[in-house]
Amino acid sequence: MTSNSNVPAAKPRLTTSAMIASIAAEGQRTRLAPFGHALVEVAKKRPDIIGMTADLGKYTDLHIFKAAFPDRTYQMGMAEQLLFGAASGLAAEGFTPFATTYAVFASRRAYDFIHQTIAEENRNVKIACALPGLTSGYGPSHQATEDLALFRAMPNMTVIDPCDAHEIEQVVPAMAAHNGPVYMRLLRGQVPLVLDEYGYQFELGKAKTVRDGRDVLIISTGLMTMRALEAAKLLANDRVDAAVLHVPTIKPLDTETILREAGKGGRLVVVAENHTVVGGLGEAVASVLLQAGVHPKYRHIGLPDEFLHAGALPTLHDRYGISATAVSSRIKAWL
Amino acid sequence: MTTAEPPRANAPSIAERAYRIRRHAVRMGEVQGQGYIAQALDIADVLATAYFHAMNYRPEDPAWEGRDRFLLSNGHYAIALYAALIEAGVIPEAEIETYGFDDSRLPMSGMAQYTPGMEMSGGSLGLGLSIAVGMALGLKRKQSSARVFVLFSDGELDEGSKWEAMMSAAHYRLDNIVAIVDVNNQQADGASSEVMAFEPLSDKVRAFGWHVQRIDGNDVDAVVAAFDAARDDAEPRPKMIIADTLMGKGVPFLEAREKNHFIRVEADEWRLALQALDAGRPA
Repeated sequence: MTSNSNVPAAKPRLTTSAMIASIAAEGQRTRLAPFGHALVEVAKKRPDIIGMTADLGKYTDLHIFKAAFPDRTYQMGMAEQLLFGAASGLAAEGFTPFATTYAVFASRRAYDFIHQTIAEENRNVKIACALPGLTSGYGPSHQATEDLALFRAMPNMTVIDPCDAHEIEQVVPAMAAHNGPVYMRLLRGQVPLVLDEYGYQFELGKAKTVRDGRDVLIISTGLMTMRALEAAKLLANDRVDAAVLHVPTIKPLDTETILREAGKGGRLVVVAENHTVVGGLGEAVASVLLQAGVHPKYRHIGLPDEFLHAGALPTLHDRYGISATAVSSRIKAWL
Repeated sequence: MTTAEPPRANAPSIAERAYRIRRHAVRMGEVQGQGYIAQALDIADVLATAYFHAMNYRPEDPAWEGRDRFLLSNGHYAIALYAALIEAGVIPEAEIETYGFDDSRLPMSGMAQYTPGMEMSGGSLGLGLSIAVGMALGLKRKQSSARVFVLFSDGELDEGSKWEAMMSAAHYRLDNIVAIVDVNNQQADGASSEVMAFEPLSDKVRAFGWHVQRIDGNDVDAVVAAFDAARDDAEPRPKMIIADTLMGKGVPFLEAREKNHFIRVEADEWRLALQALDAGRPA
């Protein structure tokens, strides 16, 4: 056998994205390790803040905190149940642990520990988890496509899906100031910088209009807000005027702002999330709209209810419809 | 037959405390017509020694910062811990009548939000030792001399999280943890040793770097000596007391009953159990 006819010769072959690949596009402005640096800044004024990880310090930017506060950092080994149980114990003693791992491990492996030792007891533990949704090319073992659904369903838990480095820098002090458990989706490494150009400021529990528009309202969370903003520029070339409502706090949901914006009328409403279509922002928004009697034309962009492929992130984001071009073309088709 | 035990003049011994704890537990079982009474009876000597010999606490201020923490990992033993907290003066004895009823502070499974002196929400087995690790780290950070006592059952050793926590407690040299394992050799599906072989337990835990003692958990003198030895061990390592216990201890007809995770007690037997306890009351 001399050749494999399934491999097109002309098309460039993208290698599988590294485990800790940046989601930044080539040439995009970025900031390095915004979570780690923001945590150091908060911790300078808050001696109660503790860093904890389960063998993923370097992969969650907690190593920045550890370098600044080695005696306030606990390595719990590759043991996520222990990580969150011990975080509960430290919180019970008055400390504010920031516990980091990958989102798959917090949401799937340690769910009962978080549910029982942190949420049920309302302990002041902050959970920051890398590789949210489809941000790893390693396949389902590392793709936390259902974490928002799982943590939304947990009483007492605040759930945040920040968009970029600018927002993460503001989310971290807000998490520390909030008294209660918080789950944050973490973008690490070279993190894109987008929202600073829009004069955006994060407020816990608030959805904010980042860009206004007459034809489409994109309600987005996490990195899908930067995709929505790029898609809005592409749509503008086709004379489609798209608004982007950024919803970083998935729970508690800012239903007032969502109802006000979706209720303005005349606009297609599209929810976009880096998460399975089951149980995330899309279903949350649909429920809010239905119960309030607000019935715009409504569409949902999310990851399919299936185990996703391994490969290169740009390929996968196109394949599963969450790249900027995929978002803009789908919206055009729906108009 | 009254609900109160006959009065005594002298300061109660630990054995007398254990008798009263058993009595409180049986009375709660009678109120609700059910409860993990066989476990409460087997662990009463350990709880009496913990609350009347080993631990520092203030009954009138259960959240006192300087207290030794007691974590009930096996939340279904709540009936036993309530009995101990009643005997310790943390919970009024009158609340026995509320056990397991709607709006009671004494639900069937122990939860931190419900009950003064209950430091964690158990019930999902395998959580307690991980929480203890965090508390022990926190107490050391605060330079507190308080210790963390954590009780769990032999069945919980099936949970991998227990071994994660054992490894980390030794790693962080948490000599302020005293773990007590109740080896009554009974879990939901049968004898613990048959559900999943856990012996030789002492050797395993010692190999993890712990100070380990194995004792007859129904011999009060042995329990006292074990808590003393755990306190006196100068090595910077966590301490474990493996307590072999007899389910139903103190009530002969329950000791003899076929072993089960949840032993049924008929309506008329609660009174008989109280009589049996009174008959065996320490001199």
